[in-house]
Amino acid sequence: MNFFQRMVYIVQHYGVSLLEGAATTMVIAIVCTFLGCVIGFAVGLIQTTEPGKNSGIIRRGILKIVKFVLTAYVEVFRGTPMMLQAAFIYYGTSQIFSINLGMWSAAIIIVSINTGAYMAETVRGGILSIDPGQSEGARAIGMSHFQTMLLVILPQSLRNIMPQIGNNLIINIKDTCVLSIIGTVELFFTFRSISGALYTYFEAATVTMIIYFILTFTCSRILRWIENKMDGPSSFDLATADTLAFTSGMMKYNEKTGGTH
Amino acid sequence: MDSILKIEHLVKTFGTNEVLKDIDFSVSKGEVISIIGSSGSGKSTLLRCINMLEEATGGKILYHGKNVLDKQIDEDQYRTKVGMVFQSFNLFNNYNVLDNCTIGQTHVLKRGKEEAKAKAVDYLNKVGMGQYINAKPRQLSGGQKQRVAIARALAMDPEVLLFDEPTSALDPEMVGEVLDVMKDLAKSGMTMLVVTHEMAFARDISSRVIFMSDGKIEEDGTPQQIFQSPKSERTKDFLSRFSG
Repeated sequence: MNFFQRMVYIVQHYGVSLLEGAATTMVIAIVCTFLGCVIGFAVGLIQTTEPGKNSGIIRRGILKIVKFVLTAYVEVFRGTPMMLQAAFIYYGTSQIFSINLGMWSAAIIIVSINTGAYMAETVRGGILSIDPGQSEGARAIGMSHFQTMLLVILPQSLRNIMPQIGNNLIINIKDTCVLSIIGTVELFFTFRSISGALYTYFEAATVTMIIYFILTFTCSRILRWIENKMDGPSSFDLATADTLAFTSGMMKYNEKTGGTH
Repeated sequence: MDSILKIEHLVKTFGTNEVLKDIDFSVSKGEVISIIGSSGSGKSTLLRCINMLEEATGGKILYHGKNVLDKQIDEDQYRTKVGMVFQSFNLFNNYNVLDNCTIGQTHVLKRGKEEAKAKAVDYLNKVGMGQYINAKPRQLSGGQKQRVAIARALAMDPEVLLFDEPTSALDPEMVGEVLDVMKDLAKSGMTMLVVTHEMAFARDISSRVIFMSDGKIEEDGTPQQIFQSPKSERTKDFLSRFSG
């Protein structure tokens, strides 16, 4: 058998296992990127909160302690390899607390809190990147800090950090391979099984790489499409003179050429 | 006369830099007050302190007799009554023109969607932006943005509108359209406090002119008093720069 025949052989005999591994990888990557974003938004939001002028010394103290704990979380999980975190949490919980985390819960916890640590910094940057005038405009019409964040600042930050969220998803698709250390049967684990059984490292690696690339490339295209959707159309409908009845005749305003006249 | 706002001994310092030194004045219903003065005289800081975007260091801001600097006063509620129009517009970039004018009404004033929309469209028509309800801020010119910003502030039904150099960031050709809107507003009886470099507006439209210099109110009077017979040397000196 030549190189290509061996690849075809792998696909024929291990195709189902590879697809199952790829599915596991994708589920972990998508779920964990989502949970990581939730963690990241929560942490980033707290870290950019300044104590109000009316808050007493106790509230200021609590905020300071919470911020310290969150900074520690971010630094520790960004600063150590995820493979070791996986071993640390998976074996640690069973040895110290006698809790046997299942493969799924362990995998999701580890990747989520790892992603969350990165996302926290991304969200913080996203919030800081919004012109302070946006928040002043919101406060000036009487919005509370919470409303300002929820309605004005976070939607704009989310748009700005979409490329970074995409980055994290793609990193997660690839980095779930470190979970093979705790026995998660994802795509990389499948690769090792195949290569171990057939001694065809080169061919198995090629097939697995192609699958990884298809996954990441598809995701990056989908994310770009979502970004374009978020930007909305580049032109808008000009309402006619009677704006309350603006369903009647519309004129098209073209952003590039300008006016309608 | 019944005053809406009364500023007493207002002081603002940034570190050791005293930007506002013992400011005293009051604003009555229907007054259109222009605040003029050279850059760095504290005009904008005064306006930002009144809207509480800057925290005053000392003194009182009385709104219908209540000091809004007291901790018990709900500052968000106060801000709905004292609208602000900014030099850099500060329209919400993630919403279209209509939503910019309704979001405060629905989320802060808890008005119904239909009522908020009707009100927003009404004010947008008044500022000549009714056609643009579907546009995003990035699709508008500076003058258009500022007119939407004025409609946004008006839709909250404020008692006083503060204008912080509303035409300073505009191309010369767009200054007129914004000033026209402000003129109409002044005529309709709106109480306005306008920090401006537009001397013609201060002279012809406002009912009262305050000249600020070095963090203090140097002179306060009718446009005729200030422009035709200024008492202070500093006022004369400042105005002479415009009469070229």
